[in-house]
Amino acid sequence: MPKPQPNPAPSPQGRPALVLVGHGMVGQRFLEAAVERGLAASHRIVVLCEEPRPAYDRVQLTSYFSGRTPDELSLTDRAFLDEHGIELYVGEPAESLDREAKTVTARSGRVFAYETLVLATGSYPFVPPVPGKDATGCFVYRTIEDLLAIEEYAKRRATTGAVVGGGLLGLEAAGALRGLGLATHVVEFAPRLMPVQVDEGGGEALLRTITGMGLTVHTGTGTQEIVTDDDGAVRGMKLSDGRELATDLVVFSAGVRPRDQLARAHGLAVGERGGVTVDERCRTSDPDVYAIGECAQAADGRVYGLVAPGYEMARTAAAAIAAEDGPGFTGADLSTKLKLLGVDVASFGDAHGTAEGCLDVVYADSRSGTYKKLVIGAGGELLGGVLVGDAEAYGLLRPLTGSVPPVPAEQLVLPAGTGVSAALGPEALPGSAVVCNCHNVTKDEVQACATLPEVKKCTKAGTGCGSCVKLIGRLLPRTGDDGLCGCFGQTRQELYEIVRALRLTSFRELLDGHGREAARGGEGCEVCKPTVGSIIASLAPTIGAEGHVLDGEQAALQDTNDHFLANLQKNGSYSVVPRIPGGEITPEKLIVIGEVARDFGLYTKITGGQRIDLFGARVEQLPMIWTRLVDAGFESGHAYGKALRTVKSCVGRTWCRYGVQDSVRMAIDLELRYRGLRAPHKLKSAVSGCARECAEAQSKDFGVIATASGWNLYVGGNGGATPRHADLLAQDLDDAELVRLIDRFLMFYIRTADRLERTAAWLERIDGGLDHVRDVVVHDSLGICAELEALMADHVTHYRDEWADTLDDPERLARFVSFVNAPGVPDPTVGFVPEREQIKPDLPLLAIGRRPLEGASR
Amino acid sequence: MNVQLRVADTWFEVCERARLTPGRGLAALLPDGRQAALFLDRAGRAYAIDNLDPFTGAAVLSRGLLGTADGRPFVASPLLKQRFDLETGRCLDDDEVAVETHPVRIA
Ligand code: SRM
Ligand SMILES: Cc1cc2nc3c(=O)[nH]c(=O)nc-3n(C[C@H](O)[C@H](O)[C@H](O)COP(=O)(O)OP(=O)(O)OC[C@H]3O[C@@H](n4cnc5c(N)ncnc54)[C@H](O)[C@@H]3O)c2cc1C
Ligand code: SF4
Ligand code: FES
Repeated sequence: MPKPQPNPAPSPQGRPALVLVGHGMVGQRFLEAAVERGLAASHRIVVLCEEPRPAYDRVQLTSYFSGRTPDELSLTDRAFLDEHGIELYVGEPAESLDREAKTVTARSGRVFAYETLVLATGSYPFVPPVPGKDATGCFVYRTIEDLLAIEEYAKRRATTGAVVGGGLLGLEAAGALRGLGLATHVVEFAPRLMPVQVDEGGGEALLRTITGMGLTVHTGTGTQEIVTDDDGAVRGMKLSDGRELATDLVVFSAGVRPRDQLARAHGLAVGERGGVTVDERCRTSDPDVYAIGECAQAADGRVYGLVAPGYEMARTAAAAIAAEDGPGFTGADLSTKLKLLGVDVASFGDAHGTAEGCLDVVYADSRSGTYKKLVIGAGGELLGGVLVGDAEAYGLLRPLTGSVPPVPAEQLVLPAGTGVSAALGPEALPGSAVVCNCHNVTKDEVQACATLPEVKKCTKAGTGCGSCVKLIGRLLPRTGDDGLCGCFGQTRQELYEIVRALRLTSFRELLDGHGREAARGGEGCEVCKPTVGSIIASLAPTIGAEGHVLDGEQAALQDTNDHFLANLQKNGSYSVVPRIPGGEITPEKLIVIGEVARDFGLYTKITGGQRIDLFGARVEQLPMIWTRLVDAGFESGHAYGKALRTVKSCVGRTWCRYGVQDSVRMAIDLELRYRGLRAPHKLKSAVSGCARECAEAQSKDFGVIATASGWNLYVGGNGGATPRHADLLAQDLDDAELVRLIDRFLMFYIRTADRLERTAAWLERIDGGLDHVRDVVVHDSLGICAELEALMADHVTHYRDEWADTLDDPERLARFVSFVNAPGVPDPTVGFVPEREQIKPDLPLLAIGRRPLEGASR
Repeated sequence: MNVQLRVADTWFEVCERARLTPGRGLAALLPDGRQAALFLDRAGRAYAIDNLDPFTGAAVLSRGLLGTADGRPFVASPLLKQRFDLETGRCLDDDEVAVETHPVRIA
C-alpha cells in the first residue's frame, strides 16, 4: 500500500494536534476534561472512533431492552464537539502508528499527525476457544451493535438462549435474553455467581433469587463445545458434566481483555496479562502517548474494568497534558453497586476480607434473598462489605470505609424495622467522605451546593451510575416550606396519613385541628379543599366516610366538575362522557348515544381516549340525559374527576394476527376494577395485545403489554405536555399477579403523591425512583402490600355508579338547576351557533364583565 | 329563614336558607335579567356577587369554591381559577378587575 502523505505537524491550523483513539465512555470523559482545561483552544483535537456511533453509555447498555433508544444512551452531542472544534471521525479506527514520525493511520488510509496521542480503546469480550464458537447464533455483549444483532436473531429464530459466564456482564446479558422472551440458561465455571464481586454467601442469595425468577443456572460447569445444525447455526452446547444443553443462541460473557494491540504492535510496554503500561500520570513508555480506561494497566499493576477508575484516569491524563500539577492515578476502589435482573448487588472495599485479623458480620435471610456482610478490621474500622438483595445502605457504608462506624456493625446489617437497627444518617459521614464514587466527589463538595441540579452541574456527582443520587438528596438542605397551600403546612402525603390514621372524615376537623394557625376556623381554599376531598374519597370505605362525592360537607370540597358529575365548558355548559370500557361498544349502545345526542342537540366527538364525548348540555339537562344513558346500561366515565379515565385497548388476539393475549378482555377488567378510584391526579391505562403496542400502553400511568407467557406491566408513562415513556415494573405476569401489582402500585401512588402529580412526575420525584417503587410494590420492602391490597379491595367492593345514585336521590337532583329561584328557566347566557352540521358555543363579548373599581365595592 | 338580596332599593326574596350548602354557591335570576351568585360560609354568613365571570364571559361564579385568604372570604372561578373577594368583589389576582356585589340578608 502506498504510504499516504502525513499531515505536517503542527497541524494546518498551526496548533499542535491531540489525537484520541477510541471514543468510548472514558474517551468522551477525557474530551470533557480536556475542554475544561483549555486544551481544545490550544490544540487541534482529533478523535478516531471505531464504532458506527459516537460515545454512549455502555454501563446502561441493557436499558436498551427496557425501552431506552440508542440516542438516549448517547453521551455526547454535536453541539459539544462543534463548540470546541473537536474533529470526530466515526467508523474510522486507528490501524497503525508511526511513533517516529508521530502519525496515526486510520482504516480509510487517512493519516493524522499528533503531538500527543491518547489511547482509550477499551476492552474486547473474551471468547473461550471452544469448538463452534463462531457458529451462527453466537454473540458477545459489549456494543449497541451486539444488542441489535442479538435482538434480531432472538426474535427471528430463538426460543432458548444460554449465557456463558455468570459474572456481572453475564447476568446482565441473561436478563436481556429473558426480557426478549427466551428461556434462559447461565453457565458459570466458578462454583458461584459473580465470583469477583461477591463471596460465597452472597453468591448463594443471588442464585436463589435468580433461580426464583425462572432462569436456569449451572454453576461449577464449563462449556466444552457449541453444537450446530446442518446450516451451521447453534443447536446446543456440550457441558463439562457430560450433559448437552439445547439452545438456539449463545452469548459469551467470559470476561474482557484490554485492547492493547496497537500499542503492543508498535513497541509500547504492555503488562504481563495485557493492558498498556502507564505511570501515575497515565503516560505510556512513550512520553507522547497516554493510555486511559480499560485498555491501560495502571501504575498499581491493575487493569480496571469499571468506569469510575477510567474517569479518574481521563482526568489525570488531561491534567498531565495541560501540564497541570495534581494527584496522579495510583489505583482505585473496586466498589460497585449494580442492579442485576432487578436484584441489588453491591460490594465495596475489602469485600472478601483479605486483611489480617479482620472479622465478618453477616446477616442472611434466604426467604427474601437478602445477604449482607461487613468486613470489620481489628480496630473496629469498616473495611468493606457485600450486599445482595438489599443494597440500600451502600451509599452510606462505602464512604464510611476506613473509619470506625458510629454504631455497632451488627446494627448496620439488620433490616429496618427489626427494632435494633440503627438509622444511620448521612450526618455520620465525615466531610471528606467520597459520596460519588464515579466522579470522586466528597460530602463537603456536595454540601457547597444548594440543589441537586447544581450539584450535577458543578461537580458532576450523580451523573455516572446514579447510585449516589439518593444520598446526595439527603445531604442537601430542605427547601423551606413545602406545605400544600396557605392553609396547611403539611404535604398531601402527610395529610393522607393524618386522615387515614385518625379516620377524619371532615375537612373542617382537619383544618381546625391540623391547619396553619391563621387558617384554622376559615374556609380553606381552592387548593386544599379538592385535595382533601379526594383523599377522603379514596379512603372513604376504610375510614367510614360516606363515599358519595355529592353528599354532606364533601359537596363543598369538590371542584365544580365533580359537583355536577360533568365537565364545565367555556360557556358554562357541560360535557357528558359515558364509560365505554376498553373502547368496546355494541351497536345498540352506539345507537343510544346517537339518539341522546340528537334529542338534546349535543355536539359529539370521538375522544382521544377511545370513547365519545357529548358537549353542550345545560346543567338542568344533565339528569335527563343521564336517565336515558343509565337506562341503556351506561355509567359515569369520570371524565370530570381526578380518577381513572380510560383503559384503552387494541383488538388483540381475538382478531389480530399478531395478538398473543386477549387485550380487550384485560382492558375491560382493569377499567371496571379501577373505575371511580379517586387519585391525586387522573389515571390512564391501556392494554396492547403484543409488542407492536397499538394501544400505546407505554404512554400511560399504568400500561400492560401482552407477552407469549403473560403480561408486562409498565408504570409512570405520560402523554400531555411532558411526555414520558413508562418504565417496566415487572414481566411475564399472570392475570392475578398483574392485578395484584397494579392494586399495590395505584394505592402506593395515591398514598404518597403530591396534589396534581401524575404518576410520571411522582416516579421521577420520589426518593429511589422506580427501584424504590419496585421494592415496595413487588418485594414488599415496607411490609405494606397487604394493607394496600386491602384498601383496593375496599374500593372495588364499595364502588357504585355516581350517576345512578344521583338519579335516585331527589335531594341531589335539586342541584341541577341554572337558578335556585327559577328552576324551570334555562341560563340565557348559554347559547350556541351552528358549525359543520353541529353546534358550538356562542360566547358573549368579554368587555361586559370588566367594571371600574369604584363602582364595585359598596 | 329566607335569603334576600337588595336589588333596586327593595329586598328581593331568593330562596330558603336551607338550599345553600356552606362553602358552595347557587345562582339566582334577578328581576332585571341579571344573575347573582349566592354563598354561605361555615359561620352562616351569606354573600352575593354578580354571577358573570369577567375573565370568560360565562355565568359560572356561583359554581366556584369558597376559600379564606388573609382572613377574608373569596370565591375562585371554576373556569380559570381567578379569586374574587366576596365582600368587595375585587379580583385578588388582577387589580384591574372587580365584580359587583349585592347586599344580602337572611330573614
Ligand atoms: C375530550 C378530550 C379531547 C378529545 O376531544 O379527544 C380531552 C379533553 C380535555 N383534556 Fe385531555 N382530553 C382527552 C384526551 C387526552 C389524552 C389522550 C389519552 O388519554 O389517550 C391526553 C394525553 C395523555 C395523558 O394524559 O397522559 C390528554 C392530556 C391532557 C392533559 C395533560 C396531562 C399531563 O399530564 O400533562 C390535561 C391537563 C390536566 O389534566 O392537567 C388535559 C385536560 C383536559 C380537559 C379536562 C381540560 C379541562 O380542564 O377542561 C379537557 C376537558 C374534556 C371535557 O370537557 O370533556 N388533557 N388528554 C379527550 C378525552 C379522553 C377521554 O375519553 O377521557
Ligand atoms: C453490559 C455492560 C455493563 C457494564 N456495567 C458496568 C457497571 O455497572 N459499572 C461499571 O463501572 N462498569 C460497567 N461496565 C464496564 C464499562 O462499560 C467500562 O468500564 C467502560 O465502558 C470503559 O470505558 P473505555 O472508554 O475504557 O472503553 P469502551 O467504553 O469500551 O470504549 C472503547 C472504544 O474504543 C474503540 N476502539 C477500540 N480500538 C480502537 C481503535 N483502534 N481505533 C478507534 N477506536 C477504537 C472501541 O470500539 C470502543 O468504542 C459495563 C460494561 C458492559 C459491556
Ligand atoms: S398491539 Fe399487537 S395484537 Fe394489538 S392490534 Fe397491534 S399488532 Fe395486533
Ligand atoms: S457514584 Fe456513580 S454517579 Fe455518583
